[in-house]
Amino acid sequence: MLEPLRFPGGVKPAAHKEESTRTPIRIAPLPPRLIVPLRQSAAGAATPLVSVGAKVRKGELIARPEGPYGVAVHAPTSGEVSAISPHVLPHPSGLPGLCIVIEADGEDLWREREPLDPDHAPPQVLLSRILDAGIVGLGGAAFPTHVKARAKISTLVINGAECEPWITCDDLLMRERAETIVAGARILARIMGAKRLLFGIEDNKPEAACALERALGELDCGSCAVVRVPTRYPAGGEKQLVYALTGIEIPYGKLGPDFGVQCFNVGTAYAVARAILYDEPLIARVVTLAGNFEAAGNFETLIGTPIEQLLPLAGEKPDTDRLVMGGPMMGFPLPSRAAPVVKATNCILAMSPSLFPPPPPEMPCIRCGACARSCPMLLAPYELYWYAKSKNFGKAQEYHLFDCIECGCCAYVCPAHIPLVDYYRYAKSEIRAREREKAAADAARARHEFRKFREEREKQEKAARLAAKAAETRAKLALAENAASTPMPRAEDDQAALIAAAQARIESQNTEKDR
Amino acid sequence: MPTSPHVFAAVSVRSIMLKVILALTPGLIAYLWFFGPVILVQIAIASCTALACEALMLKIRGKPLALFLGDGSALVTAWLVALTFPPIAPWWLTVLGVAIAIVIAKHLYGGLGQNPFNPAMVAFCAMIIAYPQLMSQWPKADANAFWPMLTAIFAPSREVDAIVMATPLDALRTILRDPEQRATIAGFLGTQASFGNIGGYGWEWIAMGYLLGGLWLIQQRVITWHIPVAFLATLAFIATGASWLDPERHVGASFHLFTGGAMLGAFFILTDPVSSAATPLGKLIYAAGAALLTWIIRSFGAYPDGIAFAVLLMNLCVPLIDMATQPRVFGWRKKS
Ligand code: SF4
Ligand code: SF4
Repeated sequence: MLEPLRFPGGVKPAAHKEESTRTPIRIAPLPPRLIVPLRQSAAGAATPLVSVGAKVRKGELIARPEGPYGVAVHAPTSGEVSAISPHVLPHPSGLPGLCIVIEADGEDLWREREPLDPDHAPPQVLLSRILDAGIVGLGGAAFPTHVKARAKISTLVINGAECEPWITCDDLLMRERAETIVAGARILARIMGAKRLLFGIEDNKPEAACALERALGELDCGSCAVVRVPTRYPAGGEKQLVYALTGIEIPYGKLGPDFGVQCFNVGTAYAVARAILYDEPLIARVVTLAGNFEAAGNFETLIGTPIEQLLPLAGEKPDTDRLVMGGPMMGFPLPSRAAPVVKATNCILAMSPSLFPPPPPEMPCIRCGACARSCPMLLAPYELYWYAKSKNFGKAQEYHLFDCIECGCCAYVCPAHIPLVDYYRYAKSEIRAREREKAAADAARARHEFRKFREEREKQEKAARLAAKAAETRAKLALAENAASTPMPRAEDDQAALIAAAQARIESQNTEKDR
Repeated sequence: MPTSPHVFAAVSVRSIMLKVILALTPGLIAYLWFFGPVILVQIAIASCTALACEALMLKIRGKPLALFLGDGSALVTAWLVALTFPPIAPWWLTVLGVAIAIVIAKHLYGGLGQNPFNPAMVAFCAMIIAYPQLMSQWPKADANAFWPMLTAIFAPSREVDAIVMATPLDALRTILRDPEQRATIAGFLGTQASFGNIGGYGWEWIAMGYLLGGLWLIQQRVITWHIPVAFLATLAFIATGASWLDPERHVGASFHLFTGGAMLGAFFILTDPVSSAATPLGKLIYAAGAALLTWIIRSFGAYPDGIAFAVLLMNLCVPLIDMATQPRVFGWRKKS
């Protein structure tokens, strides 16, 4: 029995898991219209492959991944593409993004499917299937899974901690579909060459842990284990869970595979298994509807389902004043109820003033240190706050601003009710903006210098031409005078050298830009 | 739109300050028992002055009155001033002390959270420099002498001498400094007849009260163990070492711990979050430094107790201590 290590800091907010675990996962009805965003993860974009009017079948590729972090997008159901246009996205920025709109035909007709043999197909084939299936991390960050699964590792960690209060989609998935999760985990382990397979689950989900253990037991898997970690937020943070299970501390700027470990969410493992065993791309996921509902619960929902159509399924109460995507610790307010469900949508939290009272007024920091004691990254949040507030960004970075995972523990415990995480988000975005500005300024300076150089060169060329002309005239005159002429300097040679130098410079600048 | 997190622990500056006040009550009850109700008069004077000064300064600085008056921080300062000043200090001395604490030490430095020095200790040091006589005048531990004590507060006269008695620390210093007396520590402690002769009659019980309240604060997570433990342990260690080396001149650990302001300082004054070190290691260094200074001032200084000066001196070092003791960030091994 593996004893989990205690990660630093953490908090214990009320879990509120019972409300949405009373009923099994329900299947959300097929909506008449699906709005599928082209950009499913922060890094990954996709290029549409269909045009308006095209008939698509369920699971058909409708947008091809773009670049190394691109994520494929598929038709969640069969129907007709009615528009490819900007639409509001479930993103904190509230900015619209390009979406493929599909009018469902109600048939829900699948495309041809070609399951793979998980035990005999070459790992490379399995990996490219994951890429083709458009799988991303379903824990909330939505990082493309094929990128993460490329690494070779020794220990695979499957994250079923689900530490955010209110969210239960992973819990129910583990309870009801443990075999598929285990199958997906084993596929991932095979692709990545992992010898050890560890499931991390918070100990407030005994049913889920038992279900996984049963599923593992049937498989007679040598070095697999289900580890119950004490319930303490953020036990499901990737760095925290990897530490609890393996003792490895992954610092900022490093990745799990640098230490021989990689971590996937249980939902991701499930999606991987569906893609390999049934050739189902990622077109649906389990979404928790929790908070201000009559009958909170979990719904298997097609990607692209407008959130407003999902809400009545759980009986949204009338005094709901805002919606949050994700949990109460890290979720962000939804800019609009018309936004669609995306691959990262793990939970829609309906809030009412009585259920989630607004924070009490902000007071000055009294340096009580409660924030530092709760910080899982062992930062000094009060120092970060101080430097972010005074716009001393260099100092904030010195105090490891970018190690902050924005888990919100510090703001949760702060007796002065300072929205600490806002200050960090602000400081980070300022620093990034400044870096971008600096890069832009550098580029502008380079352009400016080049223009100056070109003008200079043109002037010189003109002078050279004039000189040449003058020389020619002189030569003619000299010839005419029939006198012995001294050879003139070769103006053309100088000119050629100048052009060559200019070209070399342009090239070197171009390569620098590419880097 | 409100951003994450959307839930909050049920704590506030106000709840913390009220817990500190609550934790002072066991000590206060012992104080009442031995010195009588006069301390309540002092607390009332101090509290009213503190709230008035606070309101005035908030008004001048344009801060929301209700929010900041209700945070309880001024009351904590008032209580600490009242509990560290002599119970028979004339009323204006308490008023002046509290005013200095709130107006100068707190608000002129930027108000709640900004003061580098502990306001109550600034008041104590300022007053003991300005009025050393009045600040050293402690009454006999006699709960029945309420009227003379009250008179001392509101209409001081010569008669006050009748109720005044040296504090154990003062008595010790006087005796040890006087070569005529050829006093020994053992003989001295014998004269402070009380339970076990620990810190002087009455004093040790008050210290016990503060200890109890302080432990409760740790249990409630209002303070951490670092400062009290480091302070008391260091003080005990130095006192034991010194009395072992020179038992004639230096009194042992239990006396140091249970007399004067040691317990109050360890749990309630040094732990003031605003002016103390904030990192765990920093707290240990800060408190150990304060203990060393306290012992030196008590043993060789001219003032009745060393806590106040020790606290201010260590407050001065806090930025440096905090900067030098930043803990290792998750994932960053020592080498990097
Ligand atoms: S918890 Fe809040 S008040 Fe306490 S030190 Fe941190 S930021 Fe300051
Ligand atoms: S949000 Fe950042 S600073 Fe605050 S507790 Fe989490 S990691 Fe630490």
